[in-house]
Amino acid sequence: MKPFEYLEHTADVKFRAYGHSPEEMLSNAAAALFKSMVDPSSIQAKETWKVELEAPDLEQLAYNWLSEIVFLFETESAVFSTFTVRLKQNGSLKLEGEIVGERIDLKRHAFENEVKAVTLHEFEIKKNDVWCIQAVLDV
Amino acid sequence: MVNINKIEDNIYEVPIGYRPGMRVPGRIFVSEELRNMVEPGTVDQVANVATLPGIVKYSMAMPDAHLGYGFPIGGVAAFREEDGIISPGGVGFDINCGVRLLRSNLEYKSVQPLMNTLIDALFEAVPSGLGATGRLHATDQQLTESFLSGAKWAVEEGYGVEADLTHCEEDGHMKGADPSQVSVKARKRGRPQLGTLGSGNHFLEIQKVEEIFDDAIARKFGLFEGQITIMIHCGSRGAGHQICTDHLEVLSKAVRKYRIDIPDKQLACAPLGSPEAEHYFGAMVSAANYAWANRHIIGHWTREVFERYFPESQLGLIYDVAHNVAKIEEHNVDGQRMKLYVHRKGATRAFGQSRSEVPEAYRNVGQPVLIPGSMGTPSYVLCGNDRALELTFGSACHGAGRIMSRSQALKTFAGRDIKAALNKEGIVVKSNSPGMLAEEAPQVYKPSAAVVDVVHNLGIATKVAKLVPLGVSKG
Repeated sequence: MKPFEYLEHTADVKFRAYGHSPEEMLSNAAAALFKSMVDPSSIQAKETWKVELEAPDLEQLAYNWLSEIVFLFETESAVFSTFTVRLKQNGSLKLEGEIVGERIDLKRHAFENEVKAVTLHEFEIKKNDVWCIQAVLDV
Repeated sequence: MVNINKIEDNIYEVPIGYRPGMRVPGRIFVSEELRNMVEPGTVDQVANVATLPGIVKYSMAMPDAHLGYGFPIGGVAAFREEDGIISPGGVGFDINCGVRLLRSNLEYKSVQPLMNTLIDALFEAVPSGLGATGRLHATDQQLTESFLSGAKWAVEEGYGVEADLTHCEEDGHMKGADPSQVSVKARKRGRPQLGTLGSGNHFLEIQKVEEIFDDAIARKFGLFEGQITIMIHCGSRGAGHQICTDHLEVLSKAVRKYRIDIPDKQLACAPLGSPEAEHYFGAMVSAANYAWANRHIIGHWTREVFERYFPESQLGLIYDVAHNVAKIEEHNVDGQRMKLYVHRKGATRAFGQSRSEVPEAYRNVGQPVLIPGSMGTPSYVLCGNDRALELTFGSACHGAGRIMSRSQALKTFAGRDIKAALNKEGIVVKSNSPGMLAEEAPQVYKPSAAVVDVVHNLGIATKVAKLVPLGVSKG
């Protein structure tokens, strides 16, 4: 299983991310989002950010998770390379995320894109042999 | 393009039945040449929009149309107040992304020798690129004011002059802003970015008027051959992006609540008059006003740079247009005057003489329609015609329109090569990121001349002037 792949889209970035569990899929989706902007090998693990989210279903939670990463990237001026996700079902669905990375240093971080937002266009989650999420990012 | 019918030159129809649930046909305004550049996915998106409740006449796509999310880029659709909807899918994340054009009293021959210096100074004066924060350091109160009154607030703060406001669409501030519908997150993203250009396809460009197509209108707009103009292309930055993200979540729930059947989740919407629709509209207008303030402040800093090197310089505002926005407008539909919510996503308003929205100074010709080219290709100034009201709810294209994906562009071009090629043509480029330069290479766009010709030939807007780039500052 490859963690994620990019699909052709004229103006934006489209990807599919996979996982043996929803947690792994969400972690790989975050990595796909970030790799579309900057080479992960240029990012050092210096700081950790924690995220807690809640949503009625997995699709909404996935949208909020990816949007939260865009929000943190912009407001913390940080780039991330490692994403760990834990899910808890307790009435609604809860996500606890741990994100590792560092503050942006334009001398070392060469950006290819800037993700403005996560769209809901063709946004879907499927479970066949493995879990799969598809998303289009506005860049 | 499959299953679409040619109606007449430059007009193709996507018939009802192209996909289930279409309420009106689609109209794609392209020439034979551009027709083959329209991806099948774009036609599908035109058809998807045609299924939305309360849509009138047609779901339209301008000649620069390409694949987007929700609406296609270049999409225009209008919805009846009584039974229609409003959708962020028809506005986009970069709410009121738009273009401002300044005319100068300077000529090419006096400015060209200083081009490198000017671009360096502009690059310095106008923060751009990733992680850039403004020179402004706006307070929370100032941020709220920018949401409420846009460029008008900026003028009150000492940026630009009062006369600029009458040369902006909506006088630089739209009515109906409701900052209480802007989340803490959107404020957090927007506050440090007020007065920044952004990245991607946003730019600040020094141009030369290379050709005048219509002398009389050019005089009215204050344009002459050999003149230096400055074009600013940017929008509402993180504030707009977060507002769209937040309200998309709310409207996704509204779709279920009001049982609206949508073919694409990005077309999430709410019936006009519902609380969800009004909240989104109030937040969207706040972002639109923020964008006008943003372009106004950047315009002011541009003037300061020019005054430093050319103390006699006067940069007057020709016009400032929004190309990602939903507006309440009155239009004639089948002989009836109707109040409509017109969505323009990657489309420019192109009102002619008969509309009271056109500024006094241009009332007897029509509004300036500003069409930026891609990096290294010409931009165009057109003049809106009343014919556009019949054809497109008074709308024209917004740019050249992409034909190559960003990933393909990165594989095909290297940023440094692009810069060298542009330098060879005498165009100075300064950018924070070579990677981003590659994906905005001129070759990834449709030829802007062909796109503008469709608009001109249909009578939507008349070509007035062609502007060529001399220097570009990019994020």
